[in-house]
Amino acid sequence: MKKAKFYPWYFALISLIIYTVFSVVPGLIGIGYSFTDWSAYSRELHFVGWKNFAKVFSGNSEYLRYILNTLLFTVVTCTFKTGLGLLFAVLLNKGVKLKNLHRGILYMPSVLPILVTGLTFSSILNPKYGFLNAFLKSVGLGFLAQKWLTDPHIAFGSVMAVDVWRGTGYIMTMLIAGIVAISPTYYEAASIDGANAWQQFKYITLPMLRQTLAVTIVLNVIYGLKAFDIIYALTNGGPGHRTEVMNTAVFNMMSKGLYAEGTTISSVMFVFMVIIGYFMVKILTKDEVVE
Amino acid sequence: MGTKGKRITADVFKNILAWAVAMLVLVPMALIIITSFKTDKESLGMSLTLPTQWVFSNFNTVIEKGKLAVSFINSLLYAGFATLLTVFSATMSAYVFSRRRSKGFSILYMYLVLGMVIPINYVSLMKIMQLTHLNNTRLGIILLYAALQTPFTIFLVYGFVSKVPVELDEAAVIDGCSPMSLYFRVVFPLLKPAMVTAGVLCFLNTWNEFIMPLYFLNSTTKWPMTLAIYNFFGQFQRSWNLICADVILTCAPVVILYILAQRFIVGGQTAGAVKG
Repeated sequence: MKKAKFYPWYFALISLIIYTVFSVVPGLIGIGYSFTDWSAYSRELHFVGWKNFAKVFSGNSEYLRYILNTLLFTVVTCTFKTGLGLLFAVLLNKGVKLKNLHRGILYMPSVLPILVTGLTFSSILNPKYGFLNAFLKSVGLGFLAQKWLTDPHIAFGSVMAVDVWRGTGYIMTMLIAGIVAISPTYYEAASIDGANAWQQFKYITLPMLRQTLAVTIVLNVIYGLKAFDIIYALTNGGPGHRTEVMNTAVFNMMSKGLYAEGTTISSVMFVFMVIIGYFMVKILTKDEVVE
Repeated sequence: MGTKGKRITADVFKNILAWAVAMLVLVPMALIIITSFKTDKESLGMSLTLPTQWVFSNFNTVIEKGKLAVSFINSLLYAGFATLLTVFSATMSAYVFSRRRSKGFSILYMYLVLGMVIPINYVSLMKIMQLTHLNNTRLGIILLYAALQTPFTIFLVYGFVSKVPVELDEAAVIDGCSPMSLYFRVVFPLLKPAMVTAGVLCFLNTWNEFIMPLYFLNSTTKWPMTLAIYNFFGQFQRSWNLICADVILTCAPVVILYILAQRFIVGGQTAGAVKG
């Protein structure tokens, strides 16, 4: 059977065109525009060399802080989502009544629009009339009440906490699927050998979950580096750019007409993601074999 | 305390902890639902106290003031057509890539799947949208959503196609099938479950998406629900009863879809994570 004839290449044409035109080409020409002074205020384009990149990477630049914020957001939310997700996955595996109801509840936030989650928490975290501070006061913990989203020292933590609230259920669900796939015979053998719960977790569950954990971490990292909605809805980068990440910064520059700066930051992110993306995709597509 | 006693204590502790965690998710949702029935005055701080007077008309007010009927239809249009286009084209691509594993095709597959990772450069995408005259058009948004969802959909369906035995193709070819009829009459029907999973996820993600219309749709009549609610929030910042009603109406379709198609959503989103 001739593969070229019966599996014609043009079956993939629509996907290739749409994806190339709207995802890849903007990324590539964006790199080109990074070397110009493109802006809303001038019709002419001039080549400016590495000037924009120099601006981004110079020691005390604002832009560098946005990049660092993005990385911090990614690392912190990924760590908490994975850690808590693993804890809940193990917790909701045995000995809990209405297990599926619990799982369903925890998964719920990840199907809601991220923007809506952000808007909702902007009310809950409001210092004056928000639910959280009112609740803390009512149980006598009023001293813990904070200006969650406007205090520069706390705002970023609050934003990340809301994102962990939103994303943990999804990670938990993936890990549960991974735990369910582990053959119970391992645990039986281990308990005959006298292994306690912790030892079983450490020597069976964790190693068997390696691939699943790798995938969830990759997905978390991809999400974290592209985060926008949650920050836009909660703080829009404020107070004083304390919670600004790359995508919110790009949006703000775009609305100010600073196209060259916007595309430069996007391009830095694009090149970085293509390089690490190759390895991430390798992890995601690992073990795929024809059956 | 014996081992049995210890286990019971552990289980009680587990159940309490499970409910405590569930409350963290349920309380914000309860706040939204309760607040959506309150009067303007009562709704300033969201709280768990029940409304003194149930205002059901909040929902009507929001639908009128927020022009939700139009944005609901827009969202339906964008999510619906983007899903049809993506699932149709991505399934065909996944089929070809799964059957042909030569070096060239593997590289092309890698190229497409890399789209799950690479970020969109919105600034230069604006240039593309202007050049193709797709900026601020409904077709433009549908194509953008198709481009966003294509990589993951191909990745998801690829796994399913691999499980359709090649012998089936061979038998069909011996019976005289052309490439088109081999795909549409033999393979396509077998991929229906995969397409439902891919379709539900695509619809969900597209319904919830917010950045593309924020950048590329200026006219309010073309806004989907996510953008409409953001705008509504800006206008009625203090009327949390109305905002909450809007939140419920915006989330209702995805929540209903989640309840009906939970199996497909969870199955699809966890596919690829577990390989036994």
